[in-house]
Amino acid sequence: MLDGRGAIRRRAGARLWLSGGWLLLLVTVALFAPLVAPQDPLAQDLMSGRLPPFWSAQAEPGFWLGTDSLGRDVLSRVIWGARVALTVACIAGPLTALIGGALGLIAGFYRGWADRIISRLVDIWMAFPPVLFSILLIAVLGTGLTSIILAIVVIDWTRFARVVRAEAMNQGAMDYVAAAQVAGFSRLRTMTAEILPNVLPTLVALLSLEMGIAVIVEAILSFVNLSLSTDAPTWGGMIAEGRTSIHQAWWVLAFPLVALFLTVLSFSQFGEGLKDRFDPVLR
Amino acid sequence: MSALLDIRNLSVALKGGPRLLRSVSLSVAAGEVRGLVGESGAGKSMIGKALLGILPRSVEVVEGQILLDGDDLLGLPPAERRRRIGQRAALIPQDPLTALNPAHRVGPQITDRLVDILGWPRARAEARALDLLAEVHIPDPGRVMKSYPHELSGGMRQRILIASAFAAEPALIVADEPTTALDVTVQKQILRLIAEMQARHHTALLFVTHDLGVVSKVCQTLSVLYAGKVVEETTVRDFFRAPGHPYSAALLAATPKYTDPDGSLTPVPEAVIAAVRAEVEAAETEWQHGRR
Repeated sequence: MLDGRGAIRRRAGARLWLSGGWLLLLVTVALFAPLVAPQDPLAQDLMSGRLPPFWSAQAEPGFWLGTDSLGRDVLSRVIWGARVALTVACIAGPLTALIGGALGLIAGFYRGWADRIISRLVDIWMAFPPVLFSILLIAVLGTGLTSIILAIVVIDWTRFARVVRAEAMNQGAMDYVAAAQVAGFSRLRTMTAEILPNVLPTLVALLSLEMGIAVIVEAILSFVNLSLSTDAPTWGGMIAEGRTSIHQAWWVLAFPLVALFLTVLSFSQFGEGLKDRFDPVLR
Repeated sequence: MSALLDIRNLSVALKGGPRLLRSVSLSVAAGEVRGLVGESGAGKSMIGKALLGILPRSVEVVEGQILLDGDDLLGLPPAERRRRIGQRAALIPQDPLTALNPAHRVGPQITDRLVDILGWPRARAEARALDLLAEVHIPDPGRVMKSYPHELSGGMRQRILIASAFAAEPALIVADEPTTALDVTVQKQILRLIAEMQARHHTALLFVTHDLGVVSKVCQTLSVLYAGKVVEETTVRDFFRAPGHPYSAALLAATPKYTDPDGSLTPVPEAVIAAVRAEVEAAETEWQHGRR
């Protein structure tokens, strides 16, 4: 038993450090993009288009990961793209968690008519195909960072509402909730001080997952050219552009794809790792 | 002197369904220890829950009064009722594993209600909690106050819950099968502890249990419940000498005897069950008529 727990902890530790490390690196380069990026991400140079990455013989110094067909530096664009991706993740994720979590908590704890309204709303929401829904929303709201974030919040709050509602219901049946009621605490206080701390580990894991999803949604919308202006550096946009020249310059597509993959994976793993580490029952 | 707790004609029913408690009347005087016995599903715990205002969502009180200090709790507005219960009553729950919040340290779980509900200064509440933890024989109370529940054993947690129940010097404590979830060796200690604390604090106790052995050790009076109806109300002494109701007698006869470990168990005879069931059904029919 002790050994098993130790093993789980060690695994959670490695997971937490690896994913946390990648996210930290990403946040740092995104914050200091103007200093870190070797080139201007928008600067075109048609004479040096489709330069290969640094290990190739035809590589040119200063363009570590090569250039795209317009001669723009891939590394610089990946770094600036991280800025967009993380901005969306860091605003849309917590906002979604806040709204969905609050509604789920209220539905799961108060039950009754509040639960009926919120649950029906979730059912209706779930009937929409999410990608089409987001494209539709952007079409209505117009492109831009705010629209992407809004679209993610509007679509994904149900994910939090459903999970938190179920968890709050579970916790609500525990004797400690009855004990709080007998002691004379109000319903509101019982919900925020007794139930919420026990729902929090789940909420944090879900939030991390959601931030990864936000990065994907941003990439999808950029891919179909519905996020920022066309030449703005986004991972989705780079993947879309790289797709057309994949046989001549695979690196234009590959590097943003790898960055996207690692980021989404890291977010989900980081959340699970946090949950394992900070859940008082597992601890 | 009027009773501390006086439950009159209390009926609790599934919403839109049958009654689970059928016109139960029951009183507990200040300092009295009353046992509430009956088989599973008889409604023992339901009485305690109705009294403390923690009935499950699916059931409701359909008639009756619950007088605490002479005031009908059911007639009070919810906030006032909660405040009154918080001040005068407490609960020792059945399952110590889920009755402490896993997310909080033990100390605040005892002191928060003293500070937030009863308005004690924090320092006084903490001193009180330390005293009580020592009173329930917890070694190193200071360390336990800073522990999370999952770091403590079931017996320790039940001791903490007992300490917590006595913290605000309530007039009445409902002990809802407080030893059922514990293993046998710990049961005995916890039982002794509850009796000891009750004697020291002169608190009235409503002791819900299915174990007549427990009743004989802790209680002075008892009510026997069958199918949501009180079939006998008597003192423990009289009950064990000469139970008044045939069902009570059969229940007593069904208790295993430690003095005769090889003897076979005596189940409650079919005829007795049929008789008591008929009695309850007759009362139910009468009640239905009265409602129409």
